Amino acid sequence: MKIVTAGKRGFRTLNAEVREALETENEVRIEDVNGQRYIGAGLDCGKRLEVHGTPGNDMGAYLNGGTIEVFGNGQEAVGNTMGGGSVTVHGHVGDTLGYAMRDGEIYVEKRAGSRAGIHMKEFREMQPVVVIGGTVGAFLGEYMAGGTLVVLGLDRADTHPIVGAHCATGMHGGRIFVRGEVPQENLSEHIAVLAPDEKDLTDLDRFVHEYCARFGGDAAEILKVPFQKLVPTTSRPYANLYTPN
Amino acid sequence: MLKREGEVRIPSGCAISAIIDRGGARFSGADIIESIALMHDRSNGLGGGFAAYGIYPEHKEYYAFHIFYDDNDARVRTEEFLFRHFDIETFEQIPTRKVKSIRHAPLIWRYFGMVPQSKMRKNDYDADEYTARCVIRINNTITGAFVFSSGKNMGAFKAVGYPEDVGEYYMLDEYKAHTWTAHGRFPTNTPGWWGGAHPFTLLDWSIVHNGEISSYDANRRYVEQFGYKCNLQTDTEVITYLFDLLVRRQGLTLETAAKVLAAPEWDVIDRMPDEEREICTALRAVYSGALINGPFSILVGFKQGILALNDRLKLRSLIQATKGSKTYFASEESAIRVICPDPESIAAVDGGTPVFIPFAEVAE
Repeated sequence: MKIVTAGKRGFRTLNAEVREALETENEVRIEDVNGQRYIGAGLDCGKRLEVHGTPGNDMGAYLNGGTIEVFGNGQEAVGNTMGGGSVTVHGHVGDTLGYAMRDGEIYVEKRAGSRAGIHMKEFREMQPVVVIGGTVGAFLGEYMAGGTLVVLGLDRADTHPIVGAHCATGMHGGRIFVRGEVPQENLSEHIAVLAPDEKDLTDLDRFVHEYCARFGGDAAEILKVPFQKLVPTTSRPYANLYTPN
Repeated sequence: MLKREGEVRIPSGCAISAIIDRGGARFSGADIIESIALMHDRSNGLGGGFAAYGIYPEHKEYYAFHIFYDDNDARVRTEEFLFRHFDIETFEQIPTRKVKSIRHAPLIWRYFGMVPQSKMRKNDYDADEYTARCVIRINNTITGAFVFSSGKNMGAFKAVGYPEDVGEYYMLDEYKAHTWTAHGRFPTNTPGWWGGAHPFTLLDWSIVHNGEISSYDANRRYVEQFGYKCNLQTDTEVITYLFDLLVRRQGLTLETAAKVLAAPEWDVIDRMPDEEREICTALRAVYSGALINGPFSILVGFKQGILALNDRLKLRSLIQATKGSKTYFASEESAIRVICPDPESIAAVDGGTPVFIPFAEVAE
């Protein structure tokens, strides 16, 4: 595995060096990362990045089938508009995780900030998945159009509610699973709270086992707590926002 | 004449950062420069600045005026005013280093002054109010002069440039403060000029701000009823005056002032216990003109400590970390870790939830 040291240099030279290394290598480790943006942007299938430190905003943007594993915390917009591949963060992440994500999977060990899964979408076989191990901030799944969000809320020392205010505002597609109960006052209008069906349970079993494979933990123990499923009751929540009919 | 802000619209960015030693120990500006420098890409070279608390212990009873002058003529006219209205203990040009990227510098002077007893007997308001009125008067009536710092034992340092260059320019590695805040500017809506860089100050208040205040005009109309003049055409200025009005003049606690600026939403108020609901309803009714809308993360410094506040909808990032006696804030986690690699705790500041870190010297 080729090793690139980031240090405090700007993102342009770092990402150029990483891209150059990836021309001949399938795996690159980036060490001492200090907030450089756009790491792993557009990374192709078959390529893997290992990131040590604190990657900057838009890490894994437009990810194109590649794999990124972060040993540290992510900042804002991890996996922005990613189109496929896999992101693992051994830590927490900032706001807008998986912004407009279209395919692939993101696993975050701990908490995610506000607006996780904002504007996620799906199309036929493209079914993006975001799994968050800790709690999550306000506006989870805002304007969500498709895909799957899973919140496990495993960090009990965290004093936040499992899901913050304005959950699923403007959601009109996809599904959100929350392990335990969503505080009723944090839930937006036009959202139904259901029990997961058989297919959901099969999927959840897989997501939780995958989470434990990446971060450790007892999948059976985690699955003992029932999940709530949130789905939109309308595909056009704002159809009458400006007009009466 | 200093080129004041104009009409051109430029999209926004900005970075903020702060370090506070809760025990009151003073340290150089090297760390805060390194922190804000890491977020270089968030600003565009059109403004950088710092506020430092505890830098003038030998003059701590005096108001420290930092002033930009377009020319010597403006200086003469301002000094005529200053010497008439204050007992000036000492004054000098603020020392600067040559930095290639910092150009078109105005004349930059500082004055340490006390309000004369004779003036106090004549006026029915206190020394802070007297001084605030003098600052507002200089900034509005003396052409080519701009007071950009006027607190005690604190100072703002700002310029057009990247913040790390501004820190180098003002030699902040040679000052020692118990609290530093910093700003890297990416001007919203208007071009940058020296006075328009953050922090914005009045007396001990200093504000660094990342965001855009969409309620600016409503807020401006509100504070102008109380004698403030918003003539910098930049939204952050109004936040400074709101805090000065609510806390210094009207005696609200900082926590209550934060509830006015980032008021709880009505449905949250509806769920509150009776007494709290009545208070929050009254605050929203009385202070509707002071409610700030739009995305913002701000760090407010004043004589009692530092307040960090995010807008209610959490539209800007702001991270807080703690290690030993130090508390850190920054727009990005990496900007804290670069100067504090192993914090004991690190987490985002929640939307609409004020975080107050008091100064140690207040307890003395």
